[in-house]
Amino acid sequence: MPRRNTLVLIIILALFAFAASALAYPLFGRQDMRLGLDLQGGLHIVYQADLSNVEPGEEASIMEGVIAVINNRINPLGVTEPVIQKQGQDRILVQLPGLSITDKEKERLSRVALLEFGELAADDEEAKWENELGRWKPATAVIGGEEKELTSQYFKENTYVSQDSLGRILLVFEWDEEGSQLSEEITSRLINQPLGIFEGTEALLGEDGLPIAPIVRSTIRDRGQIEGLSLNEATSLSAQLNAGRLPVPLEILYDQTVSPILGAGFVDMSVKAGIIGIIIVMLFMIIYYRLPGVLASMALIFYGALVLAIFKLIPVVLTLAGLGGFILSIGMAVDANVLIFERMKEEFRTGRTLGAAIETGFNRAWTAIRDGNVTTLIVCGILYWLGSSIVASAPVMGFALTLGIGVTVSMFTAIVVTRTLLRLFVGTGLGQQKSLFTVYSGKK
Amino acid sequence: MLDIIGKRFWFLLISGVVILISIVSLAVFGLSPGVEFSSGSILTVSFEQEVEQDELKQELANLGHPNTIIQRTGAGDFLIRTPELSGEEKTQLKDALTTRFGGLTESEFYSVSPMVATETASNAAIAVAIAAIGVLLYVTWAFHRMPKPFRYGTSAIVALIHDALVAVGVFSILGGLLGWEINLMFITGILAVIGYSVNNTVVVFDRIRENLKLGVSPDFEVVVNNSLVETLGRSLNTSLTTLFVVLALLFFVGVSIQNFAIVLLIGVIVGTFSSICIAPTLLVVWEKGEWGRLVRWLPLPAVRGMRE
Repeated sequence: MPRRNTLVLIIILALFAFAASALAYPLFGRQDMRLGLDLQGGLHIVYQADLSNVEPGEEASIMEGVIAVINNRINPLGVTEPVIQKQGQDRILVQLPGLSITDKEKERLSRVALLEFGELAADDEEAKWENELGRWKPATAVIGGEEKELTSQYFKENTYVSQDSLGRILLVFEWDEEGSQLSEEITSRLINQPLGIFEGTEALLGEDGLPIAPIVRSTIRDRGQIEGLSLNEATSLSAQLNAGRLPVPLEILYDQTVSPILGAGFVDMSVKAGIIGIIIVMLFMIIYYRLPGVLASMALIFYGALVLAIFKLIPVVLTLAGLGGFILSIGMAVDANVLIFERMKEEFRTGRTLGAAIETGFNRAWTAIRDGNVTTLIVCGILYWLGSSIVASAPVMGFALTLGIGVTVSMFTAIVVTRTLLRLFVGTGLGQQKSLFTVYSGKK
Repeated sequence: MLDIIGKRFWFLLISGVVILISIVSLAVFGLSPGVEFSSGSILTVSFEQEVEQDELKQELANLGHPNTIIQRTGAGDFLIRTPELSGEEKTQLKDALTTRFGGLTESEFYSVSPMVATETASNAAIAVAIAAIGVLLYVTWAFHRMPKPFRYGTSAIVALIHDALVAVGVFSILGGLLGWEINLMFITGILAVIGYSVNNTVVVFDRIRENLKLGVSPDFEVVVNNSLVETLGRSLNTSLTTLFVVLALLFFVGVSIQNFAIVLLIGVIVGTFSSICIAPTLLVVWEKGEWGRLVRWLPLPAVRGMRE
């Protein structure tokens, strides 16, 4: 028995050393704990794609197109681990951890980036757009026997921003072959009339806040320019026109945007709560159970290191709720120890030796520990399912995962580690002093 | 030896009153669903200058957001809860607030559309139902070797529902009085409480099972009471260590995790009470066929209380 105990002790110490070094140094390419959006800041958006105008059977390829375009738009933002994936049939999940983003930048992510050109509609014609300049219909021309609308889909992907001699900002574009023909037809027809520029349901607005609708002075064949945009707007629009437009409009279903500063505060607060929680629990265990309490505290430190190392190595994405689950599991981790120690005291009182009391205490407490923890694990499993089935998944899944891992590991640390440490005292002088085990011979 | 079971009618009376208050509160106040279940937006901002909550509320009403709920966090930020805001509406709102109150920083924006809210609410309801069934199956299995396993299972489930009901009831009071809303963390907390409650009850029942096997006493009441007294130290100590960490969460992490921490706080306290005073008590009342006696006894303390 003692020899086997020494072996187990060596394994435990090796495991502890492994856990501690996994936390202190990068291991298997894991540098740091992976933090969720709520802790490191960033963006979690779910878009709903409007597939109502898509041919049946085309949905999947359209969605691939949407994801490719969003990817192109996100790349320049320099996010280390962006997540862009399809959810269900028509949703796209975008997670950009650590990113600090302005409202404008966020809007641009899901912007269709399709410019449509319009001409004034006659009174008896149906208008697609209406604004202070009048009622507008799409500018069209017949090419190859087919009526086509003039839009930015005929732009070559080489638009750029320039300035004229007066310092005005120009967005310069070039028509492709089909676009040149359309443009030639339309502009020659609209000489001295306005050509409206629209994006979605709204007119494209200039820096002055007014709709951009230049008067056509001459026929435009190969290249054109849009005047009046702010530098910022022109730059981003140019980039988006080149990176490609979205094939279908997107609507925001779910949006969580957290500033990195706020997230950092939560990490500090959680760490503080965790440390204070663990200290109070250890003090309580030591004051109440004396020597076994000291050993349980050591097991608890081992528990903390092991669980955090597992979080880092899997890796588990830590959210605020996940940290809450971990901190809660610290309080629950000593439950198995409490069960065992209470049992040991009873056995000790009936006159057993320390060795016998330890073994009986652990054996008798086992069924209660097992049965009690199974319910917590059932609940964790159900919570994990709930988290995986909903959009706002992070808090629920984080909690379920950390609590589940915590409960499982605690069964090991509280039973194996504490028992191994306790066995070291069997047959030693300390093991004879019952007061160290809060058992007094006079007390019932 | 401490006689816990002897006071069983008192415990049942206390629980009955608390449950009654919870049910009345649920009927009167109901529960206010948060954005995750009812859709809407929460904008968290901090102002450079000192801003009064009333002024902010007034200004938001002027801006066309009359039913806004405003909450102040420990760090001095304001949580502004409105119906769902589009990106453009949010920008307008921030601009208007900047004009009125000076510089502000947006620290968090959270927005849930009605479609997602409906999905979340229904899936959360399904999860709670599955959890209840899962725990029921487990408890039935865990006690299948005991005499009359059905009674143990039922008593554990009654204790579980008791704990969940009290936690929900307290939240409905908090919702009615302080405008607290229930969110996903609340549901998570309730499920954690359910797990915790059964855990505690199982430990007590486990000891009853053992003592019945040992044949400690022919009197079931004595067996149950002995088991309770023997496990009392464990029940209280585990609850204390859990309470310590829950309080640490509540005091050091604050508003963002408040719902969760409060549910756990209530759940741990009520769960400890029910595992000691309700679940085993029900077993004894059932074993002795005392339901009639309980009913006859009930009016007495109320009458006695009035006389005193």
